[in-house]
Amino acid sequence: MLDLRKPAGYFFLLLGVVLVATGLTAEFRAPLLETNLNLQFGVFSVLFGGVFLVLAWRARS
Amino acid sequence: MSLHLVDYSILILYFGFVLGIGWFLRKSVASSSDFLTASHSLPLWITSLAFLAANMGALEMIGMCGSGAKYGMMTSHFYWVGAIPAMLFVGVFMMPFYYGSKARSVPEYLKLRFDEKTRGFNAITFAVMTIFSSGISMYALGILLQAIFGWSFTVSVLVSAGIVLAYTYLGGLSSAIYNEVLQFFLIVVGFSPLAILAVQKVGGWEGISARLEPAMTESWRHMGTPQANPMGVEVFGLFMGLGFVLSFGYWCTNYLVVQRAMAARNMTDARNTPIVGAFPKMFIPFIVIVPGIAAVALAQMGAGYSIPEKNGGPDYDLVLISLMEQFYPSGMLGVGLTALIASFMSGMAGNVTAFNTVWTYDIYQSYVRKNAPDSHYLWMGRMATIFGTTLSIGAAYLARSFNNMMDFLQLIFGFVNAPLFATFLLGMFWKRATANGAFSGLVSGTGAAALTYGMTLAEGKGGWLGVMYEFPSSMAQNFWVAINAFVVCFVVTVVVSLAGKARPEKELVGLVYGVTPHAAEPAVWFKRPAVLATLAAAMCVVLNVIFF
Repeated sequence: MLDLRKPAGYFFLLLGVVLVATGLTAEFRAPLLETNLNLQFGVFSVLFGGVFLVLAWRARS
Repeated sequence: MSLHLVDYSILILYFGFVLGIGWFLRKSVASSSDFLTASHSLPLWITSLAFLAANMGALEMIGMCGSGAKYGMMTSHFYWVGAIPAMLFVGVFMMPFYYGSKARSVPEYLKLRFDEKTRGFNAITFAVMTIFSSGISMYALGILLQAIFGWSFTVSVLVSAGIVLAYTYLGGLSSAIYNEVLQFFLIVVGFSPLAILAVQKVGGWEGISARLEPAMTESWRHMGTPQANPMGVEVFGLFMGLGFVLSFGYWCTNYLVVQRAMAARNMTDARNTPIVGAFPKMFIPFIVIVPGIAAVALAQMGAGYSIPEKNGGPDYDLVLISLMEQFYPSGMLGVGLTALIASFMSGMAGNVTAFNTVWTYDIYQSYVRKNAPDSHYLWMGRMATIFGTTLSIGAAYLARSFNNMMDFLQLIFGFVNAPLFATFLLGMFWKRATANGAFSGLVSGTGAAALTYGMTLAEGKGGWLGVMYEFPSSMAQNFWVAINAFVVCFVVTVVVSLAGKARPEKELVGLVYGVTPHAAEPAVWFKRPAVLATLAAAMCVVLNVIFF
């Protein structure tokens, strides 16, 4: 059966890439926000997705 | 709310993964058991996260954040007094009988333990209830998408129902469970920054405590009398009503959640499913309730934020979305909204997958066509997925047309569910309980719930038979309706059972505590359900003490 860690890993990885790109290129703001949340969360999401993929890869090998 | 291409892209990315999971899992469906019960094939980490995700629908998320703003830290009682003890109880004491009896559903357990009429009563009310719950969830999603994206109600309902139907039709229960777990991660990861940013903005927990009344930040100190706290309940009503009857009734007998544990690979994993799920569950208040409390403090800061209003009063249901608007820029806003939509959809999928199993095994196979080949029941399971979703769409439109009628239906289901825990408690732990006792207890308990509601009043609700007592809040009324239903069901079941003839003990092996040999415990101590449950209970007590 499908290892859920793979689709979850790819999802958060892609989500992170989209947000990092948004954080670096666009200046979207929110009224009470003082930081570049897209960039920060994007980096976190790439790492989060990466952990899933590493776990899935280790389980397979 | 101003949305950009990136927000829509994130939503489409998520939909793509959800459908892709269903597409991949279609290959693992070869029998009705694969489709409807996942054939006891899922690993513990997946079943335990699905166990709690099935309950984390969007109405729950929006409602808990709103309750945080309205009632403060006392809302955590729904988790630390309500859910956690019940999840530990079902894992340690009840799962051996659900899983060990080889029943495929909760109503089927009732048939094995009691008789056909008790199963029929539970199966039919549960099937109708899941359709309406799914419909109400769909209606709320339709309204939300209409407000945020400007989509028409019909497009919103049809698109979301179409996606849910596609992945549950393809991959059955496994697909629904996998997507629930993905949704769980998205919710936790997507809403955590909101909690952190909101609390940071008001100066941390100290900043919140300094700005708000103590009753908003302390969960126990103001429970002496109903008048002393914003929830309007006192300790006994809370422990018995919420902590015992309502929570145990929901977590221990509702097939929607129990089905997730029954999909586990073996008895130990099935028992550990709710127990392992309890660990993340006890920290969910920090993601959903604390932002609601922070929102009230933020509104008092004069930083440009105020609690949303409706008809001149606060509209607590909009607190979560209003916070997202304040703290999330485009991009993160897409993540937050996708998490919210995901939780709506997985709530729907949970109801649809529980409905198709109960329909196929407990209604169709029991009353319509008994001895058909398995391929026929697989086909019926898929058909039930289609007409279950279609009926839910109908219920969503019904909710749109007759708002009060849906409130009324939810109330009726509350009456049916309230006494159920007494039936299971006696059924599993008292070998003398009989089928007639269980059935008459259930019916009279339901009647007691209706009577209590009909003779009491709270916030203008109830009292259609005359007002004998007025509760300070509708929450207190709900708790006492549940308490009375439980007590009447318990007493009637005991009295009628004692007047009848009990089943021979050998027929109750695997179904009742005391005549069933104990399940073998795993050799490693940290995998033992009792050890894990004790650890979870200790952590839960610590959380209660910290926020006392």
